[in-house]
Amino acid sequence: MSEFKSGSNLEKILKAGHFAFTGECGPPQGANVDHLKEKAGHLKGCVDAVNITDNQTAVVRMSSWAASLILLDEGIEPNFQMVCRDRNRLAIQSDILGVYAHGIRNMLCLSGDHQKFGNHPDAKNVFDIDSMQLIYTAKTMRDEGKFLNGQDLDVSPKLFIGAASNPFAEPFEFRVHRLAKKIAAGAGFIQTQCIYNMDKFREFMKRAVDMGLHEKCYILAGVTPMKSVGMARYMAKSVPGMDVPGSLIKRLQGAGKGKVAEEGIKFALEQIEEFKEMEGIAGVHLMAIEWEHKVPEIAERAGVLPRPTV
Amino acid sequence: MNDFKPQIIAFCCTNCASSAAQVAEGMKKTLPENVKIIQVPCTGRIEVLHLLKPFEEGADGVYVAGCQEDSCQYVSGITKAAKRVEHVKKILEELDIEPERISVFNLYAGKGHEFVQVALDMTDKIKELGPVM
Amino acid sequence: MIVAEPKPIKEILEMVKDFKKVLIIGCKGCVTVCNVGGSKEVGILASTLRIDAKKNGKKIEVEEHTLERQCDPEYVDEIKDIINDYEAVISIACGVGPQFLSERFPSARVFPGVNTKFMGGATEHGIWSERCAGCGQCVIHYFGGICPIARCSKSLLNGPCGGSDHGKCEISKDVDCIWDIIVRKMMEQDRLDELLEFKPPKSWTTARDGGPRQLIREELVI
Repeated sequence: MSEFKSGSNLEKILKAGHFAFTGECGPPQGANVDHLKEKAGHLKGCVDAVNITDNQTAVVRMSSWAASLILLDEGIEPNFQMVCRDRNRLAIQSDILGVYAHGIRNMLCLSGDHQKFGNHPDAKNVFDIDSMQLIYTAKTMRDEGKFLNGQDLDVSPKLFIGAASNPFAEPFEFRVHRLAKKIAAGAGFIQTQCIYNMDKFREFMKRAVDMGLHEKCYILAGVTPMKSVGMARYMAKSVPGMDVPGSLIKRLQGAGKGKVAEEGIKFALEQIEEFKEMEGIAGVHLMAIEWEHKVPEIAERAGVLPRPTV
Repeated sequence: MNDFKPQIIAFCCTNCASSAAQVAEGMKKTLPENVKIIQVPCTGRIEVLHLLKPFEEGADGVYVAGCQEDSCQYVSGITKAAKRVEHVKKILEELDIEPERISVFNLYAGKGHEFVQVALDMTDKIKELGPVM
Repeated sequence: MIVAEPKPIKEILEMVKDFKKVLIIGCKGCVTVCNVGGSKEVGILASTLRIDAKKNGKKIEVEEHTLERQCDPEYVDEIKDIINDYEAVISIACGVGPQFLSERFPSARVFPGVNTKFMGGATEHGIWSERCAGCGQCVIHYFGGICPIARCSKSLLNGPCGGSDHGKCEISKDVDCIWDIIVRKMMEQDRLDELLEFKPPKSWTTARDGGPRQLIREELVI
């Protein structure tokens, strides 16, 4: 029995005490494998694992497990995301076994965006279980060797189980408790929602550290560099649960024509610097949305390269 | 089309519209004879079905003449009537019948001229639209 | 109550366009309370059909009838002597009504005149809101007397998702995040610790997922 839950690269990096750096990649809206490989290729060597989103924003894309396998073939460690919107507990458990069988070792458990704002709003949703119960399911399968019905399974899927946390969604007072609940349910690592309101995040982390949550779980701070003022405004206005302070929008506006993206990256770099020192933060999850080719530069300037090998 | 005499039913509140009718009479102003008056104690009691029935029986237009919104004898009678007129407009629209065939007017008890004018205006409008069928 | 809304008139007209004798049947139960299927609405729909026929120079005979309830065979029986005189029957009860009519009178052509929406109540005059999903195993006492199964867009049992936005649900600014309300209420009652307990996956066997449901209470069966 190894000392690791899964033995994934991400888990080893975190256990070794290195400051983790993860990336993200959305599968194609089609079967364009080359495009996926190209996008993921930018991340290779720059991050410890790459999150593969699962029909994010309820838009149909290549399935997250399939895209995760393509990354594995490319020598990139995937962090397979799974949402509860599209699968019942039968499909969830069989997919967990399936991805493990193919060598996937990280899994991020999410509720999933409601289909209403995706590209198939007429769909029926599932939500048989919620994200908390999904974490519990993966943990029960891994640690107890049992299915949800209590029946034994033969070989346990040894996955490094992750969960998301949104410190900015309401009600704020409950968020740290929800984080604690996810950890208790079995989450070994947490990736947060994109952080822009640093004051609020500091307060959230203070509470998390006071509760000792950082000692039970690795918390990776979510960073998404702003590409434009329009993107910042859109996120502020139209993305539920996102907290983009007016001061940041002003700062981007002040950067002047052609320099907004650089200012966005600068802000992200400042954040990463602070996260390196922030108590309770074990790494950064960089979500460079449709900006994968910028990741090497950001990683370089953030001083997180080369990535340690463990 | 000039000889088309539209049949119009007017639901009139006794508190304002009917008083206005009396004033009009005193002024020797007469209603066009194609407008049939049905007096009601309060327009708030006029149901959707009351407004539909005239159309079912062959009327070409219907209107409700009641109080001003802020001086309804029974506080909200005319407001309720206006909502029901809106409801009937929607039904007419769904039947591909012009919603302008039904209207609501806010009158004053003392203004006889206005009372007659409303009837004349409604008649003109329905004449323009022609018969329902 | 069961809350319903009228079907668009055009849809109803299309359903019965080939029939000359139509019977409209209302219900004095829930649909009367939510102003969609009582005797008043039977009259309005009948009048509407007659106006349409008149406008289009067609002949139609529309009869009106409102039953005490359409979800009880003894009341449905009331129309046994008249139903066969009509080519089409429009029920403006909830979805139960037209089915009970169809079952009792197998040769009748029964059409639904309303769309059944949900189990809920009137929060204001003219505004209804869903409260119960009929899952068959009530758990609202764990959540401050509020049902997250019916009222959370994702039926979450372990707290608000990341899409909760200033008290509103991610699906619409017009929809309350019920978890926001649950959390605040439990905090007010100083019972937050109860929400921190993990709620295991729910058994949906008692819900619609367990198949069509039937309830037998032996003590009442005659």
